Amino acid sequence: MGDGPNSSSRRNFLRSGLIAISSVSLAGEAPALLANPRTETAPHFFNEPERKFLSAAVDCLIPPDERWPGAAEADVVNYIDLQMAGQWGKGELLYRHGPFRKGTPTQGYQLEYTPAELFRRSIAAINAHFSAQGTSFNQLPPAEKDAYLSSLEKGGIDLDGVPSNTFFDFLLKHTVEGFFSDPIYGGNKNKISWKMIGFPGAYSDYYDLIDKHGVELHREPLGIGDGAASHLMNAMRRGH
Amino acid sequence: MPQTLKEVDVVVIGVGFAGSILAKELAASGLKVVGLERGQARHTVPDFQAPAIHDELKYSVRKGMMQDVTREAMTFRNHHQEVALPMRQWEAFLPGTGLGGCGAHWNGQIWRYQIADFIYKSHLEKRYGKKFLDPDLRIQDWGVTYQELEPYYDRFEYLCGACGKAGNLNGKIEQGGNPLEAPRSREYPNPPSKEQYAGALFRKAASDLGYHPFLQPSANMTRPYTNPEGLTLSPCVYCGFCERYGCEHFAKASPQTVILPVLRKNPNFELRTESQVLRINLDNSGKKATGVNYMDAQGREFEQPASLVLLTAFALNDVRMLLLSGIGQPYDPVTEKGVVGRNYAYQTQSYVPAFLKEDIHLNSYMAAGASGTVIDDFSVDNFDHSALGFIGGCYILCGSTNARPIEFHPTPPGTPRWGRLWKDAVRRHYNHTAMFNLSGSSSASRWNYLDLDPTYRDAWGLPLLRMTFDFPDNDLRMSKYVTGKASEIARRMGAVIVVDEPRTGPFTTTAYQSTHNTGGAIIGSDPATSVVNRYCQTWDVPNVFVVGACNYPQNSSYNPTGTLGALIYWTADALKSRYLKNPGPLV
Repeated sequence: MGDGPNSSSRRNFLRSGLIAISSVSLAGEAPALLANPRTETAPHFFNEPERKFLSAAVDCLIPPDERWPGAAEADVVNYIDLQMAGQWGKGELLYRHGPFRKGTPTQGYQLEYTPAELFRRSIAAINAHFSAQGTSFNQLPPAEKDAYLSSLEKGGIDLDGVPSNTFFDFLLKHTVEGFFSDPIYGGNKNKISWKMIGFPGAYSDYYDLIDKHGVELHREPLGIGDGAASHLMNAMRRGH
Repeated sequence: MPQTLKEVDVVVIGVGFAGSILAKELAASGLKVVGLERGQARHTVPDFQAPAIHDELKYSVRKGMMQDVTREAMTFRNHHQEVALPMRQWEAFLPGTGLGGCGAHWNGQIWRYQIADFIYKSHLEKRYGKKFLDPDLRIQDWGVTYQELEPYYDRFEYLCGACGKAGNLNGKIEQGGNPLEAPRSREYPNPPSKEQYAGALFRKAASDLGYHPFLQPSANMTRPYTNPEGLTLSPCVYCGFCERYGCEHFAKASPQTVILPVLRKNPNFELRTESQVLRINLDNSGKKATGVNYMDAQGREFEQPASLVLLTAFALNDVRMLLLSGIGQPYDPVTEKGVVGRNYAYQTQSYVPAFLKEDIHLNSYMAAGASGTVIDDFSVDNFDHSALGFIGGCYILCGSTNARPIEFHPTPPGTPRWGRLWKDAVRRHYNHTAMFNLSGSSSASRWNYLDLDPTYRDAWGLPLLRMTFDFPDNDLRMSKYVTGKASEIARRMGAVIVVDEPRTGPFTTTAYQSTHNTGGAIIGSDPATSVVNRYCQTWDVPNVFVVGACNYPQNSSYNPTGTLGALIYWTADALKSRYLKNPGPLV
């Protein structure tokens, strides 16, 4: 279904505003993609040990495969870092008045911690756990990483006041957000997840296409940050 | 000390669809009207413009257009013996705020209720006998009938440029529409939406099984349309960013596109945004409102005297404002005395994901907010329940309002939540999964209600609203039955995997279901069991009217906004033709 990145045919479609009906072979494009150098981004919130844990953990949750990069290469750690440094991480989008009490599962999140506090506290506990054994999470063999994350997911481990399943759910939620959200938030690098599933992004016009049932749409995804010109071109195709 | 402002004729609390239409009608009659809106002013240009508006993280995940939960949350518990705790973020439902209210970010699914809905108790007793209902249910008649509301439905649909095909025109069944709908007096102002691929597949399967598919009625324009107020809307381009977003194209009926520009030109109307109403003031008798107190963004408190107060905020906030103001007796589920907060109901949603073959490219991201092909065969009382042992039903819709990937990446049952198998499944199924959405009725029950929380407060120091709710057993039985019917259609469509997901209890605040919160200030014929009379006038304080989905005695299968539009114009008519000539109780 998806087309590989950096395909010259896709760029041509974008330029001409045409749609490819046939699918394009994916073979041979993945290596170029995987070889793409990562752009290092400045850390805003997490320190180095925290980033090391996160880089390893998000790649267990969304691992790279033969065709598509995983969460780490999609810069999901950068996404989470920026989120934790911002309004959301600081709890500025949550009702934060007490008393804080343990609720029923149907009452939702009731811990006193902001998302940033929750991440920091939990990762510190995890890093301390491995450090006491003379190792670290990111040094574990892949199967052991997965097994450890599964144990967090299952619950019953106390991460310095945070139930491990609560932390795991937070980690998974933010990893999925960072993988799929618009690249302006620092993840989904090169719109890799959108290319993988075939989501065209922030386009605003399918008037002429919606009733062409069954067409395969191969189109370079358009992000919010792609500039007004790209969006204008999209709009002009229908004379808006 | 609050500063007392010059008295006006009418103060409107909340400027969404209800507030802006009522304000427009009354200002046009020559009355001085002030609209108090707690949120910010926002307009199609510049606030809803692309590409910035197409931001799933900001608007869908972080709820960018919704009520500011940091200042005003609500508390929740499933049962009245439990301690309610605050919903610290919005998930299950999304109360709006700001100019245009929820009307700025709804999907535009514009339905009418059935004749039976308005006389539901009488209808059910007549058809199934008096002992048919579960003992915990509290079903009531509205005190106003479909036939009385029909002209007002029509008026709201023409205001909004509703797009659809009549199925029942003055009793005559029409090809292409919904043959099970209540009779309408004229055709829709605009033709129906384009059909999605999933909808076309559903249409064939549903027809094969003997059902009656049609395109969902929509307030997303299908052609340029100039409404009776002289405002022009543009055709929807199916961008897939509708619900939870403002529309950049002037294509979705919203207060911004269909009424506010006219209202704001009238010098009799003044809009004050970022104005948080703290209470409706009553005189010493407690039988007459004298106006409202509100606080502006700078923290200055004002008293705004007014002869008439219209409460037109989000349904849940209307109920809270009545409770904060001491209007009407609060409901107590133990004694069943009191009325305010009674009959809180919701929508019993369920889903059937149908995983199709990999060569069927659905392109579900091409969508209007009201896209979808639907059958009405299992809604409300459109089918015989006598052997089924429950009341109510669902419409069954197949189609999508979007395929935004943070929230939409379906995987079949048994897929792990993460890892390689999850990633493979997401890629495999993203563009090949047809979603069935079942919008189910919600029965009022004795133990589901709204009141003020004893512990948690808002940013102004006032008690939060407390919601006590769980799905009545009747509604879970209903959901199981109708969801099973939807699964049969999905299998007929040739789906490789069909997931039958009826609604199960308990109700949880942690997953989005619906923002169709109804009841709490219900309409009726008896002051002992309703808060407002048939003209949405409070029984206790005749110069306070409440118009919202809080008026619904129980919720039907359908999206509530079309019926709200009918109630708004019905009330506007009663105010103009009767109340203003002789202010006092209309019943």
